[in-house]
Formats: sequence, structure tokens, C-alpha cells
Amino acid sequence: MDLDALLDCVTSSSCLVTQTTSGLIVGMLLFMVAAGLTLIFGVLKIVNFAHGTFYMLGAYIAYSTFAFTGSYILGVLAGGLGMAIFGVIFERVLISRVYGANVLMQLLICYAVVLICDDLVKIIWGPDFYAMGMPPEFQVPPLFIAGGVVPPFYIMLIVVALVIGGGLGLSLGLTKIGKIIRAAAHNPNMVSALGINTTLLYSLVFAVGGMLAGLAGGLAAPVRSLTPGMGFSILIESFIVTVIGGMGSIGGALIAAVVLGLIRSFGTIGFPLFTEGLMYIAMIIILVTKPSGLFGKEIV
Amino acid sequence: MNRIVRDIAIGVLVVAVLAAVPHLIPSKAFQDFVIRCSSMALFATSLNLLVGYTGLSSFGHGLFFGLGTYSFALLMQKTGISLPVAFIATLLITTVTAIAVGAICIRLRLIYFAFVTLAMQMLMHSVIISWVGLTGGDQGLQGGIPRRVVAGIDLGNQYNLYIFAAVVLVIGLLMMRHIVNTSFGTSLRMIRDNETRAAFLGIVVWRVKLTVFVLSAVFASVGGIVMSLFVSGAYPELINWPISGDAIFAIVMGGVGSFLGPTVGTMILLLLNDVVTRQTEYYGLALGIIILAFALGLRRGLLDFITERLGGRPAGGIS
Repeated sequence: MDLDALLDCVTSSSCLVTQTTSGLIVGMLLFMVAAGLTLIFGVLKIVNFAHGTFYMLGAYIAYSTFAFTGSYILGVLAGGLGMAIFGVIFERVLISRVYGANVLMQLLICYAVVLICDDLVKIIWGPDFYAMGMPPEFQVPPLFIAGGVVPPFYIMLIVVALVIGGGLGLSLGLTKIGKIIRAAAHNPNMVSALGINTTLLYSLVFAVGGMLAGLAGGLAAPVRSLTPGMGFSILIESFIVTVIGGMGSIGGALIAAVVLGLIRSFGTIGFPLFTEGLMYIAMIIILVTKPSGLFGKEIV
Repeated sequence: MNRIVRDIAIGVLVVAVLAAVPHLIPSKAFQDFVIRCSSMALFATSLNLLVGYTGLSSFGHGLFFGLGTYSFALLMQKTGISLPVAFIATLLITTVTAIAVGAICIRLRLIYFAFVTLAMQMLMHSVIISWVGLTGGDQGLQGGIPRRVVAGIDLGNQYNLYIFAAVVLVIGLLMMRHIVNTSFGTSLRMIRDNETRAAFLGIVVWRVKLTVFVLSAVFASVGGIVMSLFVSGAYPELINWPISGDAIFAIVMGGVGSFLGPTVGTMILLLLNDVVTRQTEYYGLALGIIILAFALGLRRGLLDFITERLGGRPAGGIS
């Protein structure tokens, strides 16, 4: 416990700005992963334990594309597209066989995919840490806001995540396909009876969820080190985000992700060893007092 | 009554056979295997009391396994009490913790129950990691376990520990077997099949759920004690999430509908672990493919599959 350091930080504008921006980028990456997780759960009632793997693979694909083409934007897009395709294959080949099965069976299948992908990454890219480094586009002097150092890359990351999240939220709310997806989350049999191809819809949901996680991986690649196990820590945190925000709620995921990101960045100053403990306490309190999460619909 | 006598006879036979094996085949690896198996099989079977018999899918059962290892190792290291006293004290600590944790968790159902149990386990993991002064933090509780003597038998000797583990496993399994065969066990299955109906028939659902939660925690803790004796201490990996994952793996692979399913699953898991890691460094790849083959091919645990093939009806299911 080092509450003095925390107090010092909160009262100094430079530290406040630095910690807030680093909290925000953690939160935004978490949000993109958790948004896919919550979307998949909302529509398919599947808890995708392999979602962290999508994030990891997205990061590795972005890394290799960047190394090959020299274009960071292409790298991120390749990560997103690759994981959209991977998501569809994963849903069609494996998950579609366990719809309605016990959650433990789903867990086991996802666990198997996590194990296989972690080892495949080791085989293809090797077990070492990779650092992508800052892409040349962003090798520019940092901005100084109220004495705090803010790399332009961070601002880009936050804006891009907000645009993607906002776009997803708006398209779910305003477009016809968004309406169909929400209807399928509510009553898949009825949607199917109305002549809508739910099989296609389910694949689409997995494609979108996979794409979000892949994009997040690509966006994270310059600021995170790439390791075969990197999917797991983000998975646990996106579970916390999903539960706190309300399973199935995109807006809830955004707010919970930002809060968690800030707890993480300020927590490392005040109580470095117990930051995770705090997050689990938050998760338990929410689950006990309002299991549907802050913004989820009441469960029956 | 006959069933109890028969079960006890089988248990005694198993212990007798295991006691004889090292005299015929002196293999240290085999004894290690049995000790680890005993610890994990107790843990997995205790989880199956929740998952298979009551329909409560816990993702955080490793909390009590880890609590068993840490409480026992700490009691042995920091106090002067003897092994049997520390054993009982650990079970008391587990009981009190399980009542508190269970009272919170059983209010929730389905996936929410799974998540809250996981969060509880990870919270305990964080406490252990951050309480460096007591638990050694990341490094685990080192320095070994002193005074490993039960009734004059030194468990520091591997053969003795091996027999001890086998006896504890058999007694634990017999007790759990008895629990699921009583009317209490019938209440568990009724709650699993239809909670509302069970409530209408006069079963106080929360009381039954809390009781089974605490019972399963105690048996998991016994598994933890055996593990603590085996590794001579307690380590954060023994309370981290993958330990719960291993138990879930064992019960789903072995079969949730058969009493011995989790024990069979544990043996499969440990065998795979030992064989595959010797053959290849890509353990995850091999294990993942085997899991997929089981999950998508058999679609149920091995023992459930065999029981069904032989024309029997498994005692339960997770469909």
C-alpha cells in the first residue's frame, strides 16, 4: 500500500494526465475485446472463453503484416479481417456443435482451442517476446497536456476504439441487421420462423466479435509485448468488464472497461500487488447486488 | 447396507493392491503418479458433487483446494501443532470460509454462479500474491513442511506418503459415495433436475445447496493437503484458475454421470500430462486435439460413454 504516492499523483496534473491516458488505452483495448464477448453472449448465450485467443492472433497477424509490408494500417486491418474469418470458422466447425449444451462443454472446447492456438503461435512465431515498436507514422514528438506526456498514438487508439464502439452501438440500434440481431438475442426461434437465416446471423455475430478482438490485438501490438499467453490476461479482464457492464450490453462494456482501465493505471501506483484483487471485489459486489450488471437487462 | 459393505471391501482391496505394487515394481514415478492422482481425484470428485449431482457449475472450486494447501502448510510451518491437528484445523478453516463464500455464491444461478465462484478464487489468489509476508507471494511458501509424522509414521518417506495418499483417497471417495447415496444425495439430484419442484416438495433449496457447497469444499481441501505434503509447501499455481480448469477437465472427460468418472478423468489428465510432455514440447497442441476428439466425438465423459454402451443408465448428466 502506498497511498501517499497515489495522493501525490492525483494532486499533480502531469501525473494525473499520464495515468488517465494510460488507463484509457487499457480501457479501450479491453472495451473492444469485451464488446465482442458481450455481443456473442447476448445473441448466442455462448461464453466464448477463446476470445482472448482472437486478440492474441490479431496482434501476431498485425505484427507479421507490418513486418512484411511496412504499413501499420494494413497490419491492423489484416488482424481484424483474419480474425473475422477465424471467428466464422470457429463458430461453424466447433461452437455450432455445442449450442444449448452445458457451459462446461463449451468451456472445454474453447479451452482446447486456446491450448492449440497458443502452441501454434509458438510453432509459427517462436516462444519469445516480440515487440513491434512504434510504427513510423507515429514516431513524432509527444503532446504535452497540462504537463503530462501523451503520445499521439494513444490519442489515435482511443479515438479509433471509440469510433468502432460507437459505430457498433449505432448499427445495432439503427440498422435493420442490428434490429434482427437484437431480436435474435431476445427470441431466436421467432426470428427463425420469420424466415431469417439464423445460421448466417450467428456466423455474422462471431465474425464481428472476432474482428473486434483482432483489431484490438492489432492496435495493441505497438504498445504491448507479444507472447503466446497474452490472450489470457485480457480474457479474464474482459470477463470482469462484461459482468460489471451487464452481459449483452455494449454501452455497459464501454463504461466498465474505462473504469477498469483507470483502476488499473491508478491502482499500480497506490497498491501495485492488489490491483487485480480490487477488480475481483468489484465483480463480486456487482454480481451479488445486481447479477445482470450495471446496464444489463434483468435476468429471469 | 450391502452396498456400503461392498464399497468398503473394494476400497480395502484397492489399498491392499496399491500397498503391494511397490514391492513388485519399485517405481518412484508410479508412486508420484498415485500421490498426485489421489490429490486431484479427491478435488475433481468433490467438484462433481456440485456440477454433476447438484447442477452447480463452479469455475472457482480451486479456491478450496488452494486454501487447503496454504492453510495446512502455514499451520505446519508457523505453529507447533502436530500433523493430525493441522489436518483437522485446515478442514475447520475451509468449512468457515466455505460457509461465508457459499452464502454469497449460491444466491446466483447458472453462468452467474460460475463467474462469482471464479471471482472468489481469483480474489483469494490476489490476496495470497499480495500478502508476501505471510505467504511468500509469487515465490510460494518455501522451506518445507516440518514434523510430517502421523501415528509414528513418517510421511517424509515417499512410500509412506504414497500409502497415506491412497488411504485418504479411498476414505474420501467412500464418504462422498455415501453422501450421494443418502436421501441428501437424492435432494441434490432433485435440485439439479428441477429446482422449483424440489422447493415445492419441501426441500429447503438454499440449505441443501449451501451444505453441499461446504461439503465439497472440505473434500477439495483434503486434496489440497495431500498436494501440500507432496510438494512440501504451497504455491500460487495451486490456487490459480488453471487448477479449477484441470478439475473441470477431469470431470467432463471422465464423466459427470458416474461416481468414479472424475477419478478416471484425473488419471487420463495426469497420464496425458506425463506421456505427452515426454514426447513433445507442444503439450497444449496435443492435449487440445485430444480434448476436441473427446468432446466432439464421445460428447460425454469416458465412463458415462462406457456405461451407456453396456446398456446401463448413468446416474446423471449435464445435457
